Amino acid sequence: MNKTATVTEREDFIAGLGLPPHCILSEDSELRPYECDGLSAYQQVPWLVLLPETVQQVQSILGYCHQRKVPVVARGAGTGLSGGALPLANGVLLSLARFNSILDIDLDNRLARVQPGVRNLAISQAVAQHGLYYAPDPSSQIACSIGGNVAENAGGVHCLKYGLTVHNIAQLKVVCMDGELLNIGSHALDSAGYDLLALMTGSEGLLGVIVEVTVRLLPVPETAQVLLAAFDSVETAGHAVAGIISAGILPAGLEMMDSLAIRAAEDFVHAGYPHDAAAILLCELDGNRAEVETRISEVQELLTGMGARDVRLAHDDQERQKFWAGRKAAFPAVGRISPDYYCMDGTIPRKHLGKVLSTISQWSSEYNLPVANVFHAGDGNLHPLILYDANKPGELERTEEFGGRILELCIEVGGTITGEHGVGMEKINQMCVQFNEDELQQFHAIKKAFDPHGLLNPGKAIPTLARCAEFGRMHVHGGELPFPELERF
Amino acid sequence: MRRDLTDSMRERIASACAGKTPVSICGGNSKKFYGHPCEGETIDVSQHSGVLEYEPSELVIHARAGTALTDIETLLSQHRQMLAFEPPQFSSTGTLGGAVASGLAGPGRPFAGSVRDSVLGVGLINGRGDSLNFGGQVMKNVAGYDVSRLMAGALGTLGLLTDVSLKVLPKPASEYTLRQACSQQDAILRFAQWMAKPLPLSAACWFDDHLQLRLSGTETAVRQAQHQLGDTLLEQASGWWTAIRDQQHDFFQRQTALWRLSVPPATPPLAISGEWLIDWAGGQRWLSSDESAESIRRITASVGGHATLFRNGDPSTDVFHPLPAPLFKLHRRLKQALDPDGILNPGRMYKGL
Repeated sequence: MNKTATVTEREDFIAGLGLPPHCILSEDSELRPYECDGLSAYQQVPWLVLLPETVQQVQSILGYCHQRKVPVVARGAGTGLSGGALPLANGVLLSLARFNSILDIDLDNRLARVQPGVRNLAISQAVAQHGLYYAPDPSSQIACSIGGNVAENAGGVHCLKYGLTVHNIAQLKVVCMDGELLNIGSHALDSAGYDLLALMTGSEGLLGVIVEVTVRLLPVPETAQVLLAAFDSVETAGHAVAGIISAGILPAGLEMMDSLAIRAAEDFVHAGYPHDAAAILLCELDGNRAEVETRISEVQELLTGMGARDVRLAHDDQERQKFWAGRKAAFPAVGRISPDYYCMDGTIPRKHLGKVLSTISQWSSEYNLPVANVFHAGDGNLHPLILYDANKPGELERTEEFGGRILELCIEVGGTITGEHGVGMEKINQMCVQFNEDELQQFHAIKKAFDPHGLLNPGKAIPTLARCAEFGRMHVHGGELPFPELERF
Repeated sequence: MRRDLTDSMRERIASACAGKTPVSICGGNSKKFYGHPCEGETIDVSQHSGVLEYEPSELVIHARAGTALTDIETLLSQHRQMLAFEPPQFSSTGTLGGAVASGLAGPGRPFAGSVRDSVLGVGLINGRGDSLNFGGQVMKNVAGYDVSRLMAGALGTLGLLTDVSLKVLPKPASEYTLRQACSQQDAILRFAQWMAKPLPLSAACWFDDHLQLRLSGTETAVRQAQHQLGDTLLEQASGWWTAIRDQQHDFFQRQTALWRLSVPPATPPLAISGEWLIDWAGGQRWLSSDESAESIRRITASVGGHATLFRNGDPSTDVFHPLPAPLFKLHRRLKQALDPDGILNPGRMYKGL
């Protein structure tokens, strides 16, 4: 398709849309800002950007695209880290940015009904006066939108105790590819039929477009306290994490950073981290005052007993914020010491932490690419940040290869390639390693139940079998080679 | 007896698929009454049992679906851990697979989450006879569609569960129950107020003009909360909560139809005649009533809830709340995606699924 043809087709498409002109972007200069999401390594200028303002408009856009077999990629705030909102050269980019109102706050049932473009943090801010908050707190919470959080099943630093997005939402309004509007879930604690709420959450925009979300709100804990513990080795810190959990303590947050991450963060925000520690743990406990006081002293003792060389309690809220500031600034801090960095997102059973980190460190020397590790230690979610320079020829490719090996290592120890960032474009090849042919076929059959023509976010999240064959690293079960019918490349 | 029967169960489903003959999946048979009876040759999963992996410090248990719930609870208890959703045990034979497939949870549900909230991964056999794994043994996993959580409450109509991984929680250091006289209406109001406060609540129930609250946490935390709530402590009430969970309490012994109404918790008392037991801080309401299914369902739906005819119902009445047409159509397509010939527990949940 040459450019003139595209333009003519596009004009013809727009003419049949019936959407007001201010909801349509088609000039190159208007389209360019949408060429990537938070993963800027992948870029594609969209064919067309639509910015609907009503649910009805979303329904008619999808119905129209369905009829004309035009693919659609939904986009929230564009902060995703796996390329899930990467546009298509021949498709509509559907931005939900104008759905930015909080529709209703039901204090009696502790629910907030919001539009998908509302920012994660804005929900907690809106209900703070009632002593309530929305628990999932991805580090992008200041910018990311709730619709995107649902599409990715976003996590954060408090997942071990408070769960992921899926555990904190009650109802969705979803527009299907044929334009039908569905209510999924309810304001009760469950609903009749299959748990479609769970299936929709984390489906990366492949099953439907979310146009409304009802989230559950929780009472703000009476108090929260945080401990900072320094260790001389990552393994000792890992054992201390297991020790805390085994003692029957469920911290609100339990984060680990390794030496490179500690130094980068400390130089950036001066959080008070010990510069020479091999690892630090941040352990936050929340709840009622009496509970937290008892537990904090238990954890202090445990940490010391398990080899922490220094354990400090944040004495006031200011110091608590300071301790957290270093962790929350870890990504930009690493950004200061390297031209580029690549953030991985595997999850592993915690007992394999030592093995995984030492393998990563060995590969880091092999590839000559430094790695800073930030770890949601409570729930096993590892974020190795590979430091590289995109201007050096071949370095991005080596980084991607290194990253791919880390993900495959996560699968090998019984974990997963993505804990909270989603598959998107980025990890689509590793899906071929994590799932076998039958499992991928099952995913495709589910997709077909929602979107028979495969028009919603095509090419993301679930690889085709042909793609897996081309990738060449497949799930091998019982020594049998999968896809015997497909050609090898 | 610990055996891996995955292969033989897979073969049976594959041959049922080839012959397009229905199968009826059965665990410990403790919830046979739940849902519509379904035809088909029985596949007994209860012999497919055994804990596959359990490390207390990982907060995860992975076991075959036929493992007895009592065995799992005993094992967890030895390490001072528990299943957060407190699965009902209508008899001692209940299995892990049955607990997940039924999606039923006990009094702790509004505080510690539902069955699917605890599910981390499943192994299943779909209606084609493929043995598949989804999710895993880790807390966070967003690779692929969340098929494992979809299985919770699907009553085996989307797949036969072969093994399940669940998140487990530490048992609270102490647990006490408070009791206070009040009307149903006042109880619902108080529940809503308390739920909005950071109190260590772990269950909230109302029956016979009394509310009962369970407080869980460290000894000092529970004492502090008791002070705030200003009520009498009942030290030995765990048996009472178990009786509610397992429906051994007198309320559940009536012969009239037993309805389970799931509504937004703060919904005021519903104008339906019958006897009520309110659980889940107002969110789950048990109703023993002779009122017509139409009227019970109309009133429940009008407040945004749904009604299940749990026990003792007229066999010709739908057990589960009818779904709106577009949603039912999607259910059918989803069923077809996992069980194209409709051989797994056909009709147990809805006619046509």
